[in-house]
Amino acid sequence: MSDQTIPGPSTVTRVARTPGTNEEPYLEVNDLHVQFPTADGLVKAVQGLSYSVPLRRTLAIVGESGSGKSVSSMAVLGLHDRRVARITGSIKVGGREVVGMSDKELEKYRGGDASMIFQDPQSSLHPYFTIGDQIMESYRAHHSVSKRQAKDRAIDMLGRVGIPNPRRRVDQYPHEFSGGMRQRAMIAMALVNDPKLLIADEPTTALDVTVQAQILDLIADLQRDFGSAVVFITHDLGVVAEVADDILVMYAGTAVEHGPVNKILGEPLHPYSWGLLESIPALTGEPAPLHPIPGSPPSLLAVPSGCPFHPRCEFKDRVPDDLCRTLKPELISRTADLGRTSRCHLKDPDKVFETDVLPRLP
Amino acid sequence: MTTDTTTAKSGVKSVPGAPLLELDNVKMHFKTKGDGMLSRGTKWVQAVDGVNLTLKPGETLGLVGESGCGKSTTARLITRLLEPTAGEIRYQGVDIAHMKERKLRPYRREIQLIFQDPYSSLNPRHTVGTIVGTALRTHDMVDKKGELARVQELLELVGLNPEHYNRYPHEFSGGQRQRIGIARALAARPKIIVADEPVSALDVSIQAQVMNLLENLRKELGIAFVFIAHDLGVVRHFCDRVAVMYLGRVVEEAPRNELYEAPQHPYTQALLSAVPDIAVVRGVPPKNRIRLVGDVPSPVDPPSGCRFRTRCWKAQDICATNDPALEEKAPSQRVACHFAEPPAESIIAEAV
Amino acid sequence: MLLYILKRVLSAISVVIVTLVASFALFFLAPTDPAGVICGPRCTPERVADIEASLSLDQPPLVQIGQYMKGIVVGRDYEAGGTTQHCEAPCLGYSYTLGQPVTKLLAAALPVTVSIVIGGAVVYLIVGVLAGTIAAQVRGTTLDKGVVGTTLFVQSIPYFVVALLVALYATFLPDSGYHPFFDNPLTWASGLLAAWLCVGLTNAAAYTRYSRASMIETLGQDFVRTATSKGISRRRVVYRHGLRAGLTPVVTIFGIDLAFQLTGAIFTESIFGLPGLGQLTLRAFGQYDLPVLLGGVLVGSVVLVVMNLVVDIAYTFLDPRVRLG
Repeated sequence: MSDQTIPGPSTVTRVARTPGTNEEPYLEVNDLHVQFPTADGLVKAVQGLSYSVPLRRTLAIVGESGSGKSVSSMAVLGLHDRRVARITGSIKVGGREVVGMSDKELEKYRGGDASMIFQDPQSSLHPYFTIGDQIMESYRAHHSVSKRQAKDRAIDMLGRVGIPNPRRRVDQYPHEFSGGMRQRAMIAMALVNDPKLLIADEPTTALDVTVQAQILDLIADLQRDFGSAVVFITHDLGVVAEVADDILVMYAGTAVEHGPVNKILGEPLHPYSWGLLESIPALTGEPAPLHPIPGSPPSLLAVPSGCPFHPRCEFKDRVPDDLCRTLKPELISRTADLGRTSRCHLKDPDKVFETDVLPRLP
Repeated sequence: MTTDTTTAKSGVKSVPGAPLLELDNVKMHFKTKGDGMLSRGTKWVQAVDGVNLTLKPGETLGLVGESGCGKSTTARLITRLLEPTAGEIRYQGVDIAHMKERKLRPYRREIQLIFQDPYSSLNPRHTVGTIVGTALRTHDMVDKKGELARVQELLELVGLNPEHYNRYPHEFSGGQRQRIGIARALAARPKIIVADEPVSALDVSIQAQVMNLLENLRKELGIAFVFIAHDLGVVRHFCDRVAVMYLGRVVEEAPRNELYEAPQHPYTQALLSAVPDIAVVRGVPPKNRIRLVGDVPSPVDPPSGCRFRTRCWKAQDICATNDPALEEKAPSQRVACHFAEPPAESIIAEAV
Repeated sequence: MLLYILKRVLSAISVVIVTLVASFALFFLAPTDPAGVICGPRCTPERVADIEASLSLDQPPLVQIGQYMKGIVVGRDYEAGGTTQHCEAPCLGYSYTLGQPVTKLLAAALPVTVSIVIGGAVVYLIVGVLAGTIAAQVRGTTLDKGVVGTTLFVQSIPYFVVALLVALYATFLPDSGYHPFFDNPLTWASGLLAAWLCVGLTNAAAYTRYSRASMIETLGQDFVRTATSKGISRRRVVYRHGLRAGLTPVVTIFGIDLAFQLTGAIFTESIFGLPGLGQLTLRAFGQYDLPVLLGGVLVGSVVLVVMNLVVDIAYTFLDPRVRLG
């Protein structure tokens, strides 16, 4: 181990993202609602969410806890218990409708064309089964092959995600892997059936920053190889800036802003996006004071009327007739740029951003 | 040393001219039984292995590093929730490393801890008034009559409604609960607050609120902070000085700007380059990232010599045999590396 | 692994010895008169003294304990009325009232108790774990509430009442009685059926609740969600991924339970007329038959210690994170 030479100073530069192509969307979510009836009332976790992702592109869904980003993505994979969750609207994956699928159809769909990477590889892998066993199970759920063939495939996948010595590692248990290696194994498991849609739910949040960098590189590399559509759920705007083509900002169960990542993070048009940017300390330059959004996110049992963000919005006075409180704005283009949408009543959000927000940004 | 100590009314002794807090070669080794339930020979986890740090009044010192680097153990040593295996922890010149609980009590008052998890660090069966009031009573801060008034004053100070003193923790949001934890720490009028990942469990917008609160308290009350976080942006925002830890040791310690703009230790350079930066979208060219190989070695059996050498691209034979000391390589910038130098092409310069 | 077992066996033996010494002290030093019991009502003081000497009851307690221990390891000679009777190792003495070696009595009673307990365990494990797992899957529904309600009801009835009711009213079951397994397994089973159902169904209530709680927790774990996301069937998710992890805590309880039941099947044995360990010790208790009682204690403590060891070793097979040595 100590004799091994360390390559380096190895540096990587991320390839600049390609501009949007007018490809056919692979994942299409339309007016999705997810609700959970509880003893305290109806939890409206997702309200009228629509977005689409073509193959070879990455959409980042950004939001705080309770924004509906994870709930909506679990719905895409059909992971909600139908006795607990009420799901309406449409989720089309490769042209097939997921909402309303039977249990049998869901089983065939999950893990085949669409698969998921979860946040915490420690708790997401079964502690009692070997890594190989768990990857083989995924493969054999969708391919009728012998154990031997499935194991070869598992070893092959472990090698592809950069696990050294896959032949030995395949028979080890998750607790014998480090955090970063576990997440690599998790990714190997998610990709074993060559999925066309990969949902990554905070895949690096539980990891250290140097390991996070390795995993982000890996996901980007694999996406290039597999050509999948990726939905990347995160709360970290720095990660978004590095991995995503498009970004969807969610607040209280609805999308508030949607568009190409450099535009949404470069000159956002929604006060919530502004607030997020102003809450993140910069890594360069003179440290500027932070301007956090006042208050806290609303309870999903009682989402505010009108624009759900209005109780925390410092610009609501600029909209006449108390409109923010009474009418929920549509998610539409607000400027000449038709490639992006936002959900806000402000008349010239681009001008407000320039005069009021930009000077405060670090 | 005992001859020139002075004793304050509170029972806290001090040596004139000594720094507020000084960690001198502090070690914390935990006993472990190895992997199995039974293995011959006890092993020791070298969680903290020879840490030297100083803290001046009103200063904020950031401790950063990845999981297992010993930063949280250091926090628990400073607050003496743990007794170190070796070394001295001097508060105003007086060693409190092995002080007995009775004598330690006045020092506990002056060094307070804020925890990461606002959910589990508050007793769910006590009202906020009781939680903060208990802290006041423990340290005899006020008489019975003045207690409620002081509790309300503290709640207001941390931005909570003072009328909510009779509510329970579950009635508050995560950010508000962290404020309760801060109010409890402030109750003792401490000179040092050790904050162990105080904002990492919070959402981005709430995180910024709590950071602003901590910053205001620091300015108004002149409290010194030891601020522990894995988020390098948060540490940069809050701290005057930053120490980077790796496998139980401090590998680099410098004023904020020097550390972030001209890091000299290869690990610091790799760590900083790995942080995803949102500035990329504002036309800043993507930075070169130093990709570290492998994982952090086990603290049970750390590498000989320099502990980072197994992942370091600069490592040579000397690194395996000679353990580099933490030495001043630039004014007030201390680095523990045989080949310390600022990055060839400044990692950060590209991003400016 | 071997080293670990060896270490555990040594500590187990020391636990058994401590238990023995403690019960020896309690029984033999108590103000009872075993010689009088053996001698009967028409007894002369000379005869009592003679019996006491033959049983070493006139010796200091430490010597008595030493002789008892020695008897277990190498055997022991008893002298009574001029004749010497050799009691072979492991010698636990002679019953005062029955005159037979205690080892022989225990050897006759143990298979009965073991048969009752193992058969009962099979019933309550199957019924309990299945009912608990099913209830956990349909948590909150009427079925789940029904299951939980039934377990509460069963658990609230005293055990001997259940046993009596079964004995009195379940007349459609074959007559109970003990027939050795190796004579005819069929008659063995039919004679124990009533006892099995009684032990099984009452304990099933508790196991339903353990398994239900454990499975509810397990089914909420992240790795179950991962398993679901792979596209395997719900049945496979629940029984392969869920049950494997959910059963581990149940195994712990089961090991300890089994040990207790082996020593405490008194009600079952009395009501169904089965000559097991419980009956034997109960009778000995009423008659100051101290060697038999001591023998019962010995068997009980050995069983408990062994079951603990078995549970710990079983854990290493269930959970790969627990590795010994």
